[in-house]
Amino acid sequence: MANLNLTLKVWRQLNADDHGRIETYEAKNIPNEASFLEMLDIVNERILVDGGEPIHFDHDCREGICGMCSLTINGIPHGKDKGVTVCQLHMRSFKDGDTIWIEPFRSRVFPILRDLMVDRTAFDRIIEAGGYIDIRTGAAQDANNLPVEKDKAEAAFEAAACIGCAACVAACKNSSAMLFVSAKAAHLNYLPQGAPEKQKRTLAMVRQMDAEGFGNCTNQYECEAVCPKEISADNIAKLNRDYVISSAKEAVG
Amino acid sequence: MSALSCCNNSAPFRFWNSSIGKKIIVALTGIILVGYLAGHLVGNLLIFQGEHAFNEYAHFLQTMLHGYGVWIARIVLLGTLVLHVVATIQLTLANRIARNIQYQCPDTVTATVSSRMMIWSGSTILAFIVFHILHYTVRVSPTLAELGENNPHAMVITGFSNVLVSLFYIVAISLLCSHLSHGVGSIFQTLGLRSHKTALAIDLLSRAYALAIWLGFISIPVAIMVFGFGK
Ligand code: HEM
Repeated sequence: MANLNLTLKVWRQLNADDHGRIETYEAKNIPNEASFLEMLDIVNERILVDGGEPIHFDHDCREGICGMCSLTINGIPHGKDKGVTVCQLHMRSFKDGDTIWIEPFRSRVFPILRDLMVDRTAFDRIIEAGGYIDIRTGAAQDANNLPVEKDKAEAAFEAAACIGCAACVAACKNSSAMLFVSAKAAHLNYLPQGAPEKQKRTLAMVRQMDAEGFGNCTNQYECEAVCPKEISADNIAKLNRDYVISSAKEAVG
Repeated sequence: MSALSCCNNSAPFRFWNSSIGKKIIVALTGIILVGYLAGHLVGNLLIFQGEHAFNEYAHFLQTMLHGYGVWIARIVLLGTLVLHVVATIQLTLANRIARNIQYQCPDTVTATVSSRMMIWSGSTILAFIVFHILHYTVRVSPTLAELGENNPHAMVITGFSNVLVSLFYIVAISLLCSHLSHGVGSIFQTLGLRSHKTALAIDLLSRAYALAIWLGFISIPVAIMVFGFGK
């Protein structure tokens, strides 16, 4: 297949205080087999040769497990291909002559550091609030000594697949973090090691989520649709349930 | 510690001020309103049973529990509606603030149009409710007031003979249908009663309920305006 000639519309912004703007780049002669990030690398090299400032974007493992890459492509976080991160998205998904809009993950809670890089430490603070188990639960072999119901083990495992990339927040019309928080809470709340602290954890994580200023869930399921790990919105239903029960238990002491 | 800061920490206050808590209130008030609509519709459809049945029903509403019944219903419904509206306006404002900068090239994967205009369908419903109460409950029009005293059936027929009234009614009911098509299903998710196994059934139930409400309520002005029912 012939190489691609594309037009990129890229969000450029110097720092959190800068207003930011869309700038247009021609991406000529891009190989089909390049990943999306490799395409940006090629464009950046050319910008460097021309003496310009390369486009800044987050990336790390480039194999879909670290959760660093965070681009909204044509309005969809990680692009329109299902169940992949941007680094797993390939240029063969695009056609010659396409115009591609590349924007950062948008949320008031994630200030833009530069261009397409956003500060997602709000997620770390939510984990610090309750996304852990207080005691030592042993090494790997100890896990096998505790019987766990198959359904619960699977649900916990699926929730644990969340890589914390924040595509859910970026896709949500309200910048809600419910899918992330619910996955992180469910992952521990389902398991016998995490269950004893379920009430404390649920309340603390939801309160931190609220304090950060994320929006509210309106049950539109955009988060689930874009999640590169296909985390289920069933976790959100569970978080709602657990939050009501935990609040009631807290109120009666 | 001031009196206010002690209330700030009270359990109901905390619940109301949390995102999930407020959404639970929206869902619970939603259930009451959805249930009320079904009852209201069944009552209204008695109009097709004839003048006697409808007026009998109106009389029953006015006199049940020695006349207290209708006031209990009004107060409960008003309180429910106020909670629903205040909570949803606060949630919507918070949502706008959270996404302070919009995408230049926005796209939507699965969110329905209805789900994205809840605040607009809701606001139209609110405007309609105010009008509807002035129209048929308070009866600001002297003609309708006189009819309403003696013959509620005739009041409804006369009321809907006005084209503008009927058109506004149809528009408002259509937006109510849209509100319900997302809202009814949403109740299940908000209360934690939905999963991928039940998602399809809940979605169908939600749309079917919305359609039934739409057809039922629309049938009355359409019968009167288009088919000359009752004239
Ligand atoms: C007969 C009247 C009404 C009925 C039956 C009704 C029903 C519902 C239901 C069932 C929901 C979904 C609850 C959930 O998310 O779990 C909902 C949501 C909503 N309602 Fe209403 N509603 C009515 C009137 C109104 C009015 C007057 C407003 C005006 C502001 C309004 C605004 C909203 C909004 C904005 C939402 C979305 C809230 C969210 O998802 O965060 N509704 N409604």
